[in-house]
Amino acid sequence: MSVPQEKAAAPAPQLSSPSLTPRGESHARNWRGIGWGFVVKLLLMAVVNAFGIMAAISAVRAESWLVLSVSILLLVAANVVYFTKRALPLKYLLPGLIFLLLFQVFIFVYTAYIAFTNYGSGHIGSQEQAVNAALIQGERRVDGSPTFPLTIIERGGEYGFAIVDDGDVFAGDADEPLSEVDDAVIGAAGNATEVPGWNVVPRAELLTDQALQKTVQSLRVPVSDDPNDGSIRTREGTTGAVYESTLVWDEDAQTITDTTSGTVYSANDRGSFVADDGTALTTGWYVNVGFDNFVRLFTEPRLVQPLLMVAGWTFAFAILSVVLSFGVGLLFALIFNDPRVRGRKWLRTLFILPYAFPAFMSALLFRGMFNAEFGVINDLFFFGAEINWLGDPWLARLAVLWVNLWLSYPYWFLVCTGALQALPADTLEAASLDGAGRFRQFRSIVLPLLLVSTAPLLISSFAFSFNNFTIIYMFNNGGPAIPGAPYALGSTDILISAIYDIAGISGGAADYGLASALSIIIFIIVGAISALAFRQTRKLEEYQ
Amino acid sequence: MRKLGIGVVAIASTAVLLAGCAGGGSTEEADETTDGSGAVLTVWTDENREPAIEAAAAAFEEETGAKIELVQKNFEDIRADFIAQVPTGEGPDITIGAHDWLGALVAAGVVDTVDLGDKADSFEQVAIDAMTYEGQLYALPYSLETIALIQNTDLVGEEAPATWDDMVAAAQAAGAERPIVINTAGQTGDAYTMYGFQTSFGAPVFLQDDTGSYTTEVGMGGAPGEAFATWLGANGANGTGIISTTIDYDTNNELFASGQAAYTVQGPWAIEALTADGVNVTVNPIPSAGGETAAPFVGVQGFYLSSQSENALLAQEFLTNYLATPEAQKALYEADPRIPAWSELAEEVSSDPIIGGFVASSQNGVPMPSIPEMGSVWDLWNAAQVQIIGGADPVSTWNQMVADVEAAIG
Repeated sequence: MSVPQEKAAAPAPQLSSPSLTPRGESHARNWRGIGWGFVVKLLLMAVVNAFGIMAAISAVRAESWLVLSVSILLLVAANVVYFTKRALPLKYLLPGLIFLLLFQVFIFVYTAYIAFTNYGSGHIGSQEQAVNAALIQGERRVDGSPTFPLTIIERGGEYGFAIVDDGDVFAGDADEPLSEVDDAVIGAAGNATEVPGWNVVPRAELLTDQALQKTVQSLRVPVSDDPNDGSIRTREGTTGAVYESTLVWDEDAQTITDTTSGTVYSANDRGSFVADDGTALTTGWYVNVGFDNFVRLFTEPRLVQPLLMVAGWTFAFAILSVVLSFGVGLLFALIFNDPRVRGRKWLRTLFILPYAFPAFMSALLFRGMFNAEFGVINDLFFFGAEINWLGDPWLARLAVLWVNLWLSYPYWFLVCTGALQALPADTLEAASLDGAGRFRQFRSIVLPLLLVSTAPLLISSFAFSFNNFTIIYMFNNGGPAIPGAPYALGSTDILISAIYDIAGISGGAADYGLASALSIIIFIIVGAISALAFRQTRKLEEYQ
Repeated sequence: MRKLGIGVVAIASTAVLLAGCAGGGSTEEADETTDGSGAVLTVWTDENREPAIEAAAAAFEEETGAKIELVQKNFEDIRADFIAQVPTGEGPDITIGAHDWLGALVAAGVVDTVDLGDKADSFEQVAIDAMTYEGQLYALPYSLETIALIQNTDLVGEEAPATWDDMVAAAQAAGAERPIVINTAGQTGDAYTMYGFQTSFGAPVFLQDDTGSYTTEVGMGGAPGEAFATWLGANGANGTGIISTTIDYDTNNELFASGQAAYTVQGPWAIEALTADGVNVTVNPIPSAGGETAAPFVGVQGFYLSSQSENALLAQEFLTNYLATPEAQKALYEADPRIPAWSELAEEVSSDPIIGGFVASSQNGVPMPSIPEMGSVWDLWNAAQVQIIGGADPVSTWNQMVADVEAAIG
């Protein structure tokens, strides 16, 4: 602390006072010790570190090593960047980079990963969980087995059950079948409270020790030496019944055997247990399937045909949406940019209103307005004729385009108004002196100059329309259905809403792997078109 | 010297913050495993059922010392979230759910079986059947729901029409603007509401085997299905126009509530909307359109156990000894009045004529199939009905749909 004071001028104990810094010199080059900024930074970094360490601790608990290493890496990076004097640009970039990594790169990588698996209905968990589920499904209570009062007992670290049957107490563990115990005490609830040779496990301990619960849950005490008599299991620790298991898991051979029919189900590389006759157990697990999902997209006739149909409409929808809304927006912008129009400010505000209303609400409202019988559009504009807007494929497409036009032209109206007002007035004046008419001026000067600034926006608008799930889903959910189309696709479904249907995310047989593969294809299409279009727009800049 | 100072301050303040976090964190609680208060059961519920489960949880918490943590979710989201989260270990111990999710839950391997022992006899048989999959019981049922014919008593009296034609005739005699309104969810289609009429032609969606379990064999094809399709077309846009694709749920309820329609087919959840404007209603079983008994779908709701639960014993205890009790079932009914699955309670509440009407309708009904294949049926089935109502050729559209469904379920 003494160093800066020696350097500073005599009456200046206030360290952060700007008057101490010589003019024109950056504080970064002449740092004067700890100011308020540093304290704030320290506090912020303390919070960041606290959250980072918290994340690391929960990652350790969840045994998720990838999350652990990423969070430690990010934490170290953050500390290094903010506590060194170097790396100045990184101090500004790091937060953005981290968010980009977490919310964009991670999601993309994860989607790509899922696209190469068969993750979906029947293939959700790991193989261990699938085996576990199969064993659960294969174990049945023996018909007519009574429910016995039951006590959990322990002997030398081994747990067992003591049941009461007709006033007699029987005890045993996994290795030793039930046998009668003399001199046991039965409590008021009907359960054994003291079992000679065993320790009774207190109920409080049972209910709160998760490891013990697991042990008890999976404990099977044979009824007799004959395994076909079944074994006792308990569900909640106070009663037991006789169960028989029909499925046996052999981990070395990777097979599950049905003991009643003798059928052997072997694990295959598609994540299922399949018998020789082709029947499979209900529950499978997810595995890497390589390029299968992509191959299916291009070769399975049930998929190819509807996807081509939908892709055609998607391009039409995206292109028409952009062209129409840009055209209408530009037209209004030209009209209301003319000084001869009175009350321009008010009118402009009115025309922007549709933009201020939430898009999904508008879509829902329009759905009601297009109703053939009760809709306001038929009532007001078509003299109450029952035009079935949402039931006819072409009318429905028209209606979707109309709704999208309504929602997006104000955006172009705003953008074009701004761009028009920035046009060089002298160029236009020169053109008009040279005798160019209004149309000629527009074609040769206004439009090219306008496109220079709006072309990148047009491209991003195309990409947005291409994936505009909200409007399709909210307005008419892709309907009307195409007669005989598989997957219940509709005439106005675009690729992204078709993914939603095909993937079965809304219910039914979900296939997340296929859906991920398809969304990667869409990403590639949109990316390629955008890249090509941006390259083209560079030519426009020659006008400037 | 200066640098060291900064480092010390940085470390110290981080440590202080961390200590603050740790004080309120769960690390200490985890150690208290012996006095019975550390265990926490997570239960997913929806908004309506939350207060009722809270009541059952209070007794459980008092007696066992364990805690019930209720997580409120949208009912529609629970199925997908449960399937996605249970395998990762993030799911709940118990969730509320509908019985027709069962096939998907079993295929995903996320549910554990439930043993109700002798208590199973206290529940309505259809509820236990609905929660049973391949011979195993997977959930504790607590409520039934079904749709029924609701009629405007001011227009057509309380008498239940026996057939569709009787019903239309009665409505026309009463001078109703529309004889009946049926929700088709607009252009989406609503085969659920239409199912009673479909079964009256003898065309069930899937065939049932001897034990009542659904097979994957589609039952909608052939002459009975074609007869139903023809009937649907005859009452659609090209016929009488009684069934229209311009009716969605809200329009349906509004037309009935304003007295324009004499009859509607709806569930108990719509009663409030239907009687909002003071219309007097009676609830009756759905009339037959094709000659056989009209059997609507019966849905059952209940509580599922996670197969990956860390507290499996505790969760079973809560289900069988605290939720399967008359008091808990009654509390659930009062919080969210649906037809109870607990037999005694169902009898008790049947004295209410509206509930009694739905109970009568449910006795004609069949459980909605819970096999995973059912998920592939809805969209195609709904769409075909809308097309036929809208004027498409009934028989060929219907047969195309049956073929598509058969292809979709493989």
